[in-house]
Amino acid sequence: MIKSNIKLLVLSFLLLISLRPLQSAEMVEPIKVDWSFKGLTGTFDRAALQRGFQVYKEVCASCHSMQYLSYRNLGEPGGPEFSEQEVKAIAASFEIEDGPDSQGEMFTRPGKPSDKFKSPYPNVQAATAANGGAYPPDMSVLVKARKGGANYIYSVLVGYEDPPPGVTLDDGVYYNKYMTGNKIKMPNNLMDGLVEYADGTESTVDQMAKDVTTFLAWAAEPELEERHRTGVKVIIYLVLLTILVYLSMKKIWSRIDSEV
Amino acid sequence: MSKEEKKVNRRDFLFTASYTVGAVGVGAVIWPMIDQMNPDKAQQALATTEVDISSIEPGKSITVLWRGKPIFIKKRTSEEIAEARAVKLDDLPDPQKDEDRVKEGKDEWLVMLGVCTHLGCVPLKDKGDFNGWFCPCHGSHYDVSGRIRKGPAPTNMEIPKFEFVDSNTIKIG
Amino acid sequence: MSEHEYTPKSKAGKWFNDRLPLLTLGAHLTDYPTPKNLNYWWTFGGILTFCLITQIVTGIVLAMHYVAHADLAFASVEHIMRDVNYGWLIRYIHSNGASMFFLAVYIHIFRSLFYGSYKSPREVIWIIGLMIYLLMMAAAFMGYVLPWGQMSFWGATVITNLFSAIPLVGDSITTWLWGAYSVDNPTLNRFFSLHYLIPFLILGLVVLHIWALHVPGNNNPVGIDIKKPSKDTVPFHPYITIKDAFALLVFMIIFAGFVFFTPNVLGHSDNYIPANPLVTPAHIVPEWYLLPFYAILRSVPDKLGGVILMFSAIFILFVLPWLDTSKVRSAVFRPIYRQFFWILVIDVLMLGYVGAMPAEGIYLVLARVGTIYYFLHFIVVMPVVGYLEKTDPIPMSISEPVLTGGAEPSLARKANDKV
Repeated sequence: MIKSNIKLLVLSFLLLISLRPLQSAEMVEPIKVDWSFKGLTGTFDRAALQRGFQVYKEVCASCHSMQYLSYRNLGEPGGPEFSEQEVKAIAASFEIEDGPDSQGEMFTRPGKPSDKFKSPYPNVQAATAANGGAYPPDMSVLVKARKGGANYIYSVLVGYEDPPPGVTLDDGVYYNKYMTGNKIKMPNNLMDGLVEYADGTESTVDQMAKDVTTFLAWAAEPELEERHRTGVKVIIYLVLLTILVYLSMKKIWSRIDSEV
Repeated sequence: MSKEEKKVNRRDFLFTASYTVGAVGVGAVIWPMIDQMNPDKAQQALATTEVDISSIEPGKSITVLWRGKPIFIKKRTSEEIAEARAVKLDDLPDPQKDEDRVKEGKDEWLVMLGVCTHLGCVPLKDKGDFNGWFCPCHGSHYDVSGRIRKGPAPTNMEIPKFEFVDSNTIKIG
Repeated sequence: MSEHEYTPKSKAGKWFNDRLPLLTLGAHLTDYPTPKNLNYWWTFGGILTFCLITQIVTGIVLAMHYVAHADLAFASVEHIMRDVNYGWLIRYIHSNGASMFFLAVYIHIFRSLFYGSYKSPREVIWIIGLMIYLLMMAAAFMGYVLPWGQMSFWGATVITNLFSAIPLVGDSITTWLWGAYSVDNPTLNRFFSLHYLIPFLILGLVVLHIWALHVPGNNNPVGIDIKKPSKDTVPFHPYITIKDAFALLVFMIIFAGFVFFTPNVLGHSDNYIPANPLVTPAHIVPEWYLLPFYAILRSVPDKLGGVILMFSAIFILFVLPWLDTSKVRSAVFRPIYRQFFWILVIDVLMLGYVGAMPAEGIYLVLARVGTIYYFLHFIVVMPVVGYLEKTDPIPMSISEPVLTGGAEPSLARKANDKV
């Protein structure tokens, strides 16, 4: 009796959920990519992370900040895992403002691994003003901050096309199939061969978009690999303990059940 | 063993196993709650500081901050070095040679953690009975090598890990 | 409290117990006679205790690293996620823990509704429970503000603006709540303070909730009064503790699934965008556990009316024990009410669903229908069905599920007379 009621409940709920597509017709679903970091045991592709960092550094970083990351993160386990020397060299290639010194003056010095990623603009207002009134969002947690996550970011990167007839665009506005509202102020910055990958991978637009998206997914969730690893262990442990406790429960209750 | 006893044994085993596995889990959960109070990754990464020492006159010292604590960097005169080395080890509560507290060939540079080993106050320079430092909190006297000479502090002031990057710069940590 | 006098075995134990009878309390809790037919829906009390303790412990840890300042809050959360040892784990347990807490509390409440646990003599337990539920909503709402993302900021703006619907003094009250002329740093600071306070108020109420429960004893699936201790009861330990432990572990597996594999699925992606007072996100929705009330709010085209109706939806539950006129507790023996119970469950789920959708077209219609039924259920269905319903025969005791028996379930006898 309760079972049939629950069935009814589930059915009516499914019916409700099926109404959903009615409403989101205008938005194009992002492309589904089979990322290596998906799934219960997903991990990042180190080579893709290192290439993705290169794309970020050479292309994105001129407008987008990543203020919550530090150069040291690039060498930490679960990330691009550059060697200690490489991390130091990467950090040192940036001029970081520091100070005040003993004279009270600010000064610049080569970056250290403990420094945060250098931002291209001093503040949001400067970034907005320099980019035609549209703030290039900080990319530290961008993948978590967008519905659709990595798929959405990747889709937008490869989703530029000519506007359909009837759609007019202002100067500095571009048409993108996957962007919410289809209008984007970021120009299509990726073209084949734009960066020269250190590992010799051919830098097609698709490759670069995938690599930089992988990098951003890691930047947003640097704990992902540890989280997946720990999660598998925790679940196995809990299942084991659940079985033990279940058997103990049966034993204890057998004293009562036999009396009834 | 009777059938009844066997049953009891199996039951005991089950309960013991449940308790043991459960206790392991509780332990595993407690560790993150404790470890979160340890220095975080950002703190650990800030472990080195570089200091420009070119402007320090002989006989003078500067104080810099390293890991939230003062570091005394003193350029000692040759008289001061001689005085530090003339002390007999037997007179010291915590016997240590001055040579062991400086880098060889850079004997004039004393780099030490400016924290009294008694209860953590910062000693005052050029004070006390031994021409070195004096801790105002509980009256510990340190000599020109930063060694404890009189008072409640148990050990000499600590020498941190440091190195000369070049003749004008030292890296602490 | 205990039926039989308890004397500690050791001398030291006796000395202490004479001065503070903690050991007597412990013995009472251990031996507490519990109906032996409690099903798994009854394990959620223990699960909720676990949830509360988990939230308090992880919350205290997070407060050691979090900075309650509008300029630093978002960054400090990222600091917790990236740098603090196990910070990501502790924060994800806390944020998903809130959802798990509400999941458990909703099952707990609906269990009470199905088996009539709110009925005499357990009205006070029910009312204390509702107060806990109200405080939980306040704590969850203020906790959601703390990361200072877009949803934090705009959720706080929308919810505090509810008070501006109050005639005459509404605006003054809203400004007073904010401590500024919009949701701002003073608001964040006081929300943090209150968010830290409320769980301890809840803890106090939980003690009262359990105390009030131990006066009449547990209700049970059959809903009849039982003699205790008797053949119908088992001591709380080990029988109920082991069953609660098993259910808790199953619950923890689901909990761990969220924490480790989909930690953000119950949240909203916009909350990873730092708060911006100049831009409102396209879809403002509260966390899932508040959606049914949000749907009720939006179903009324009048500001004050919507707010009144939303608060009424909660406060009507306080008088539920007196709206229900049935002499029989458990819906197991109430064939008509049982159908309405499931309609209510579907109704609340539907309200929750439309609460997440834009307030237009079919969703608005569904929200209105759902709201009307919600109130009809309590105001009309419960009193009327209670009077008219022909209930099924009720057993005289748990161990003898037939209509004869030696126990004296006064309630059952009355109901049987009616049959």
